Amino acid sequence: MADKVLMKGNEVIGEAAVLAGCRYYFGYPITPQSEIPAYLSRRLPEVEGVFLQAESEVAAINMVYGAASAGARVMTSSSSPGVSLKQEGLSYIAGAELPCVVVNVVRGGPGLGNISPAQSDYWQATRGGGHGDYRTLVLAPNSVQEIADMTIAAFELADRFRNPVLLLVDGILGQMMEPVQLPAPLSYDLNQKPWALGNPNRKGGRNLCSTIFLDVEQLEEHNWHLYQKYQVVTDEFAKGAYQHLAVETHAVDDAEIILVGYGIISRILKTVVEKARKRGIKAGLVRPKTLWPFPSQVLADLAARTKQFLVVEMSCGQMVEDVKLAVNGRKPVFFFGRTGGTVPSDFEILNEVDKLVRPD
Amino acid sequence: MTMEQVFARPKCMTKTPFHYCPGCDHGVVHRLIGESLDELELGDKTIGVAPVGCSVFAFDYFTFDFNQAAHGRAPAVATGIKRVRPDHIVFTYQGDGDLAAIGTAEIIHAANRGEKITVIFINNAIYGMTGGQMAPTTLVGMKTATSPYGRDAQLCGNPIKMAEMLATLEAPVYVTRVSVNTPANLMKAKKALKNAFRLQKEGKGFTFVEVVCICPTNWGKTPNDAHKWLAEKMLPVFPLGTYKDVLGVDKG
Ligand SMILES: Cc1ncc(C[n+]2csc(CCOP(=O)(O)OP(=O)(O)O)c2C)c(N)n1
Ligand code: SF4
Ligand SMILES: [Mg+2]
Repeated sequence: MADKVLMKGNEVIGEAAVLAGCRYYFGYPITPQSEIPAYLSRRLPEVEGVFLQAESEVAAINMVYGAASAGARVMTSSSSPGVSLKQEGLSYIAGAELPCVVVNVVRGGPGLGNISPAQSDYWQATRGGGHGDYRTLVLAPNSVQEIADMTIAAFELADRFRNPVLLLVDGILGQMMEPVQLPAPLSYDLNQKPWALGNPNRKGGRNLCSTIFLDVEQLEEHNWHLYQKYQVVTDEFAKGAYQHLAVETHAVDDAEIILVGYGIISRILKTVVEKARKRGIKAGLVRPKTLWPFPSQVLADLAARTKQFLVVEMSCGQMVEDVKLAVNGRKPVFFFGRTGGTVPSDFEILNEVDKLVRPD
Repeated sequence: MTMEQVFARPKCMTKTPFHYCPGCDHGVVHRLIGESLDELELGDKTIGVAPVGCSVFAFDYFTFDFNQAAHGRAPAVATGIKRVRPDHIVFTYQGDGDLAAIGTAEIIHAANRGEKITVIFINNAIYGMTGGQMAPTTLVGMKTATSPYGRDAQLCGNPIKMAEMLATLEAPVYVTRVSVNTPANLMKAKKALKNAFRLQKEGKGFTFVEVVCICPTNWGKTPNDAHKWLAEKMLPVFPLGTYKDVLGVDKG
């Protein structure tokens, strides 16, 4: 195993992609993800890969669509406004069942918003964003190490399920430097996907990449087929091979109040849990590591034991809806958020916990 | 006595009957593509990209691999494919709404990068598939579903000339405009397609073949009248000819 190195989150995304066998990157500049294309524009030529700066995010995601259809491991990255432009392409990629990795280093919105960290793209990430009955897997790392591990996992998941996988990275994490142990490189053969266009190792016949089904029965069948695939994904995250990627819990066994947060917020919440416990408040933490499929069962089980939940996000409240759906009215679910690029302090969250646990 | 077969379906085309309206040029251009690829022996080394438009089902008519792209995005999709499979001929087949309106950025930048792809541009001065709306190539004064009083240049500008525009760029090696309205023009169109595919095979660069076509259905004309109208009205606005030929293939 390699030694730990000190690296910036965004650069780790680039290096981990290369280690995962990604040799094609298409993107358009936007802050705060600019280190990803900068890194890959230098790194990909070293491994005979292709780095291409596209004319727009729309073009970039369609280049991804083309490269993925031809069998490549391929990635694009952007930040919130740019990810909005990729939604049409994502719908096509999901509909055509192609694997790819899309990174969103999230910034504040709506509109141009600002370049400060935010979590206000949760709905767009987990609800699709593009048109039609489809899903994208959404991984939400909370450290630079996890960025490395989840980037690798994203490529494997994308290939396994032939589906786009979104890496939802807080702006802070992209910019943060931390020690990281880079994973071992994976081998990838361009001709390992028998369905890929131009692949000489096919079974026979021709390969077609299409999303058009004029016949209503055929489209219905296709959509149910996608739905069944998403059910398999959900099952494998809930109790199968990908359980380790689903959720982290901390001090929940005796918790009377459970804090729920993802990404960078979960690190602040861990401090809040420690401080609350020092004050005699039995607090615990649930951190969804994957936002779709959402770890609903874990929250549902805890709803039977705890007294209340507090969801903390850097938005006006988006994931809180999924927590409420999971808890399903069994216990009260409260929300605390800061938005517009503001990161809440452990102190102000602790105050909220205090108010909920010891109402005057 | 054995008879020599002089006319047959190109090897790289399927038996599927065309779904196009009677007299439509899409089928004619498809056939020229099939013949050209056969003659260059590229039929099994080709990947097509067809975005939305009447020809979205182009994949039904060819035996090689195909990608069905979103409206206007074919040059970007083809870029991704060609970068991964540089040993293949990659072509897009796009309408005028597709290429000259919604997909303007993608075509200009694919051409400007000199992507080693071939773009076949079907200019029928109308949005065929969606029922005859005004296209960026619609002639001034021409009545369509969304220009019932005729295209007003003051309101909607003038027809956009893609071959001329792309020929101003450094990278493209071959930019030409052809038609299939007469037997002589049809032969020239086939030669242009073959030139384009051959240049791509040799790795020379970006090639662009605009084909001025009829859409009898949405023009509200019989195929014969449509061809007459094309010659009288369209060709003066979209003059046939080669606008860029870096390697002099038209003469060769
Ligand atoms: C994003 C998007 N916008 C609009 C449409 C609807 N649409 C389908 S084909 C088309 C225009 C087709 O015209 P053209 O490209 O000229 O091709 P033709 O049918 O004339 O060959 C439009 C607007 C679409 N499919 N996708
Ligand atoms: S609508 Fe026009 S372009 Fe489309 S198939 Fe019919 S004639 Fe051809
Ligand atoms: Mg048209």
